[in-house]
Amino acid sequence: MLNFLTDLIASFQEFVLVAGRAFQNIFRRPHYYDDVLIQMDIIGFGSLTIVMLTGFFSGAIIALQMSRALNTYGAASQVGAIVSLTLVRELGPVLTALLVAGRNASGIASELGSMKVTEQIDAMRALGTDPVQKLITPRLIATAVMLPLLTVIADAIGLFGAYLVSVPLLGLLTATEYWTSSWQVLVYNDLAQGLIKPFIFGIIIALVGCFYGMRTSGGTQGVGHATTQAVVSSSIWIFFVALLIDKIFVNL
Amino acid sequence: MPEDVDALVQFDDVSTQFGESWALRDVSFGLRKSETRIIFGAAGSGKTTLLKAAIGLIQPDSGKICLFGEEITNCSERELFPLRAKAGMLFQEGALFDSLTVRENVEYPLRNQQAESRLSEEEMEHRVREALRFVELEQTLDKLPAELSGGMRRRVGIARAIVTEPPLVLYDSPTAGLDPITANTIMALIAKERDVRQTASLIVTHRFQDGELMADFRYDAGAEELVPVPEAGKEDRECAPTQFFVMKEGEIVFSGSREQLHQTTDPYIRRFVKH
Repeated sequence: MLNFLTDLIASFQEFVLVAGRAFQNIFRRPHYYDDVLIQMDIIGFGSLTIVMLTGFFSGAIIALQMSRALNTYGAASQVGAIVSLTLVRELGPVLTALLVAGRNASGIASELGSMKVTEQIDAMRALGTDPVQKLITPRLIATAVMLPLLTVIADAIGLFGAYLVSVPLLGLLTATEYWTSSWQVLVYNDLAQGLIKPFIFGIIIALVGCFYGMRTSGGTQGVGHATTQAVVSSSIWIFFVALLIDKIFVNL
Repeated sequence: MPEDVDALVQFDDVSTQFGESWALRDVSFGLRKSETRIIFGAAGSGKTTLLKAAIGLIQPDSGKICLFGEEITNCSERELFPLRAKAGMLFQEGALFDSLTVRENVEYPLRNQQAESRLSEEEMEHRVREALRFVELEQTLDKLPAELSGGMRRRVGIARAIVTEPPLVLYDSPTAGLDPITANTIMALIAKERDVRQTASLIVTHRFQDGELMADFRYDAGAEELVPVPEAGKEDRECAPTQFFVMKEGEIVFSGSREQLHQTTDPYIRRFVKH
């Protein structure tokens, strides 16, 4: 038990040190702009289809479920407002982050893990390049920038999915009523947390993926283990941080 | 061991442990320009750790390591980068960057040092082609490492290690897992690099033949091939004679010439001598 706790604290300390160096390197030369763009393409554009599909189905499902519940109270016209609040505040950021964690935290961990076990990271250090600067910082910047953008797209597509269910399919309200209510219900607080959350989730996904990748050991089996750990840890951190941010914003 | 001011690499009582086992134990030696050290040892005896510690990839628990005359034992990673860039290293499987082509891999160290060297694109291209021609792989410029055989990857690794013309090159098991013909080709290239550029070399290997080849042959630039060193000429050749280390549980248990290695009666050391 004591060993487990010591390992846990040591790992967390190591994580904080790596994260600190990754942030420091944002402002240090050399800057690997090409790598940032490549990562933005892989993480952002690469995740676009799955994020759009998930956003669409989430919105449609929420609308379908809510329409039934709201009908009970004669408040079916509020479906746009409910979907909008749910998606923008919580489900949009969390679902998008979970998808990107599954797709990219694993991808980052396995890529860096393979580089670690084949000594490419050591080779990089031997050739005079800081692996944190070359590998972690570009992924950190790319994920932190792309995840909020993906979330905005997921929210918009989700609202469109909910619109298709509520207006043409169920005929609960008119298109104008739907879009007006779903827009007017949002206040700056909702938009702020809807954008701050994915920004922080992006940082978590990149750092956790890179951390587990960089500490991979034990050959190909180790790469598999690192990949799984990266997805599990980043998913748990996403929920934990979502709760913390909710707590802060609810009190505002 | 007194400090050798001319040494490119100097170890003084260097020790390090991984858990309970010794990776390096009181290791002391110096390596000067154009000298060759062949390091034998069983798996896990600390050979790779020694190489990695020499360029600061691993920090020892105690002792002092100097690289190009500067103590690196307490250097930060950033302080080490310029020193490391002056040494070449061939990793066990080549450690080429998968996502980069052969050209980009070999170019990598040059681009890293571009701020200081200010090489033009043409000069860089010339140096890359020259390094690849040296390992006889100029035709692979635009291939990815995955498209190359194990031996070819190792040769590109050598090209990457020597493209900056470093005074010191470290080779980690350059022939491991290769067939005898490819292994001899690799060792011939290492001998060629040593003799053409007077490079100091630290070579970790399991094969006694690798050590013998380095000790008994020299590269003849005129004939463009390796030729045996005549017995009489071994002492006064341009390159310093090849020395051998045998490591056991992190300790250097033998240090001496090929002849001394042959004469040893220690059963562990004799395992590395071809009968």
